[in-house]
Amino acid sequence: MAKAALKQQKTDATEARLAGLRLPESGAWLREAREAALGRVQAMGLPHRRDEYWRFTDPTSLSAAEPAPAALFDPQEAPLFDSVDRLRLVFVDGVFDAEASDDLALEGIEIERLAEAGAKDIHWARDVYGRLEAQGHEKTDRPLAALNSATATDGVVIRVTGTPAKPVHLVYERASERADAVLHHVVKVEQGASVTLLETGPGAARLSTGLEVDVADGAACHLVRVQGRDHERRAETSVFARLGTESTFKTFTLTFNGVLTRNECVVELTGDDAVAHIAGACLGAGKDFHHDDTVFVTHDAVDCESRQVFKKVLRNAATGVFQGKILVRKGAQKTDGYQISQSLLLDDDAQFLAKPELEIYADDVACSHGSTSGAIDPEALFYLRSRGVGEVEATNLLTLAFVAEALEEIEDEAYADELRERLAGWLERHAA
Amino acid sequence: MLLDIKGLEVKLEEEDKQILKGVDLEVEAGKVHAIMGPNGSGKSTLSYVLSGRDGYEVTGGSARLDGVDLLELEPEERAAAGLFLAFQYPVEIPGVGNMTFLRTSLNAQKKARGEPEVSSADFLKLVREKAKSLQIDPDMLKRPVNMGFSGGEKKRNEILQMAILEPRMCILDETDSGLDVDAMKLVSDGVNALRDAGRGFLVITHYQRLLNHITPDVVHIMSDGRIVKTGGPELALEVEENGYGDILGEVA
Repeated sequence: MAKAALKQQKTDATEARLAGLRLPESGAWLREAREAALGRVQAMGLPHRRDEYWRFTDPTSLSAAEPAPAALFDPQEAPLFDSVDRLRLVFVDGVFDAEASDDLALEGIEIERLAEAGAKDIHWARDVYGRLEAQGHEKTDRPLAALNSATATDGVVIRVTGTPAKPVHLVYERASERADAVLHHVVKVEQGASVTLLETGPGAARLSTGLEVDVADGAACHLVRVQGRDHERRAETSVFARLGTESTFKTFTLTFNGVLTRNECVVELTGDDAVAHIAGACLGAGKDFHHDDTVFVTHDAVDCESRQVFKKVLRNAATGVFQGKILVRKGAQKTDGYQISQSLLLDDDAQFLAKPELEIYADDVACSHGSTSGAIDPEALFYLRSRGVGEVEATNLLTLAFVAEALEEIEDEAYADELRERLAGWLERHAA
Repeated sequence: MLLDIKGLEVKLEEEDKQILKGVDLEVEAGKVHAIMGPNGSGKSTLSYVLSGRDGYEVTGGSARLDGVDLLELEPEERAAAGLFLAFQYPVEIPGVGNMTFLRTSLNAQKKARGEPEVSSADFLKLVREKAKSLQIDPDMLKRPVNMGFSGGEKKRNEILQMAILEPRMCILDETDSGLDVDAMKLVSDGVNALRDAGRGFLVITHYQRLLNHITPDVVHIMSDGRIVKTGGPELALEVEENGYGDILGEVA
């Protein structure tokens, strides 16, 4: 297809999709932010299979006007992080459930619903909402993230001023087979403050989340996410993080099942000596499983460190995608950038598509990337079996070992341990 | 008979190459048998075939452990039946802790035999005790299996597994390769500590020196896929002095 024809087709499809779209009611600043975001969607056009950035993942079902239904699934296991003292914010099919949630008051942190914050004439979130997302398009169009900013129906805005005694847990539950949930959260971690965010659950038949995190100088934000086990769900998530001097942003995402998941993470290191770790693991089985991690890290200051560690366990014709980029801008000397993406293919039909990229405009940097795809090591498997460990148990042990490197990116070992148990449970249930 | 091998014939699965051409061997409980032989004689193949490694096809003969047909069993079933192979090249397994590996192995075997599993506390005690006598420091137990271990540490780790799993029949494949004198003594002491009336050993080695430390009851010479000569410990000394040439010339 000629470029002009593709562009026209995208424009037509975007216009058709946006025709009759009504932005959610909101106060002055938020309405402005939504309209600006909608303008970005119109300018960029919705994603198309032919777009380079969507070469490995078909965006059609994510951008369609209506979500495909997804059967509800009872995982029959205890809620995640149940043993952790945490502040729970519960969303059912993308709608905040105040009754199921904890009291929002907690020392060192201010939490408001997006709608309330948006109704105020003056609000700090104005400087973040849609702003980090808008900056994230500089090198690559991310129209779905802009669409999220425009149309999000709920969410929270969180300002961290100190070190709250417990983590904030965003819980995404489901009640309907057809819900299309669009959530947008804004987090501002003030200078020297520190927070841990947990995000778990299947979310909705189709879930779109936008999360903008502004990490000020000397501040820290940890984000641990688990995308739940519902088999037919779809999700498209975007995280935009901006890091100030000597700040830290660490995130880990674990994905189980689902037919389609696209997780984008866009991080900009704008202050010197900032650290960003972006890690994830997914476990999927079956030809309907498609999981895509798309990461973009920009180094725009000196002495910053970034790590990307992604592991995918793919069984029975499942597909995994990794697109990761490190951009080192002019002057971002002493950059330490690392990226590894690996897949464990548990049968011949599973596939892993990886596109690692480096773009470097500074001359004194250390950047490396690697990507591997492989099966279980037959030597290790035989060694374990020769000691009495059965084939299935040995395979699971080696699979857990494969994922272990990504789990090590989680700072808090209690969370890592809990996720390890969930991983082991999944492997037992999906044993060949 | 503890280990009873009769007319064992084995070829490579991938190519039409006969490696074992009729091996006959009996190991009684309480005895240490040694197999010596030049490179390529089939010694290691014999150990792999007995432990159930892929890539070999048995074309004739039998191998029984306590009367049980080994060749019909999966590798893990052979282990549960009491067979243990100390690898010539122990495998490194990143991401799996040595302690987890040891405990998973022990409990898998116990489960397969219908015995109760060992509790964490009892297991810890057992490992500490066995590790101490092999001079394995706690750090080695914490690291992933064989990762970053020296050659000597890997071999000691094999003997530690043997001490914990308490197999009926131990096969040691070139355990002396890559060991200095001190390590060889340590490993041999570990093996000797496990010698008892109920357990049999098959020590595969190219050189005689290991047999100075682990004194065999019976020595077999293997060549071109067969056992060509059997004798007492003096046979090993003969090899040491005259090499394989004389003995093989004699039988040829």
